[in-house]
Amino acid sequence: MAKKREINRRDFLKITGIGAGAVFASGLHLPFAFGQSGKADDFYFLQLSDTHWGFKGPAVNPHADVTLKQAIQTVNSLSVKPDFIVFTGDLTHTTDDPKERRTRMTQFKEIAAGLNVKKVYFLPGEHDASLDEGAAYKEHFGKTHYTFVHKGVHFIALDNVSDPEGAVGDDQIKWLKSELAKIKKSAPIVVLTHRPLFDLMPDWDWATKDGKGVIDLLMPYPNVTVFYGHIHQENHFNTGHIAHHSAKSLIFPLPAPGSVPKKAPIPWDASHPYRGLGFRSIEEETGKIGEVTEYPVVKG
Amino acid sequence: MKYLISVAAFALFTLFSTFAWSDSAPRTIQISAKRFEYTPSEIHLKVGEPVVLEFKTEDKKHGFKVPALGLVAVIKQGEVTRVPFTPTKTGRFEFHCSVFCGSGHESMTGAIIVE
Repeated sequence: MAKKREINRRDFLKITGIGAGAVFASGLHLPFAFGQSGKADDFYFLQLSDTHWGFKGPAVNPHADVTLKQAIQTVNSLSVKPDFIVFTGDLTHTTDDPKERRTRMTQFKEIAAGLNVKKVYFLPGEHDASLDEGAAYKEHFGKTHYTFVHKGVHFIALDNVSDPEGAVGDDQIKWLKSELAKIKKSAPIVVLTHRPLFDLMPDWDWATKDGKGVIDLLMPYPNVTVFYGHIHQENHFNTGHIAHHSAKSLIFPLPAPGSVPKKAPIPWDASHPYRGLGFRSIEEETGKIGEVTEYPVVKG
Repeated sequence: MKYLISVAAFALFTLFSTFAWSDSAPRTIQISAKRFEYTPSEIHLKVGEPVVLEFKTEDKKHGFKVPALGLVAVIKQGEVTRVPFTPTKTGRFEFHCSVFCGSGHESMTGAIIVE
């Protein structure tokens, strides 16, 4: 097992110039992989987030039109392929023009099709879905909330952005309740979403209006981990036993919660290109989340 | 002695002011919302003074949220949104648009300053 982790670590080190968070199922305290049976059916997937295709802002990222393509090129160079990739929202940068919105989504989809993996899952962010309540997103990417099972892990994708007030909504909470009822309490569950489900920084709109209702539904399940985007930086937080991990962005970093009076993208630093963009690995140690490693982004 | 008189006078003034506020209609403060700003963006209030924040939107639906004060409202087109409020503590309290309104939404912010 240790040998396999070392191989994966080397693969991570090959990744430069991207903002992908690499997530090992083996690092999620997943009984199916590291339970008493001793059977290791481990896998890993990549989390990419906040690509904001269509964003223009040379002061923030003068390479905005190539950063995503560069990331895909680097992901494709991994010798050990991830089982799948998930994009946790803000695939495109918002626009008032419905036609332009669809153009950006079409372009994003074409670029993402270049990923050399069997399966890619998408989630909307508020930039994709909040101005038209997800209409264009659904045309291009399908459902905004869904579930899937991969090697015994239950993945639940939640939409907390199609409502422009940043809520999951009563209907989806009812749906979540019914989906959770089908899952054994001890099963490993990974929740994917865009906004933080907890009140990370309400003054900066880093929260989900009815996120507490979602967390309350998840609390009876002992093996739940949440991965989200939105805040363009790594953040780790626990609500009880539920761990919430945010991913870095592929377009620009944002300041740490409350670290500055006004939230604004961190300007591009030509002497440190791609600073603030990066990826993380989460590794397993004796069946629990162990070392969480952040890797700096190096100009590719 | 002068200090004591000043303190007593201030206390009487505060008491009188409180009664005066409680006896009269709350002060109305009109606030206009449009992408991506509030006018005014700074609202100055006094502790104990009841006010009604009266919002109108000039373009589309917006929101008003002051997490630290527990105030939240949706500002709909063609409607006046009234938010009654009596400050109980001094300080600066940031507010923002809580209804995503486009590129620039993140910068649609303001502050209530209670003196």
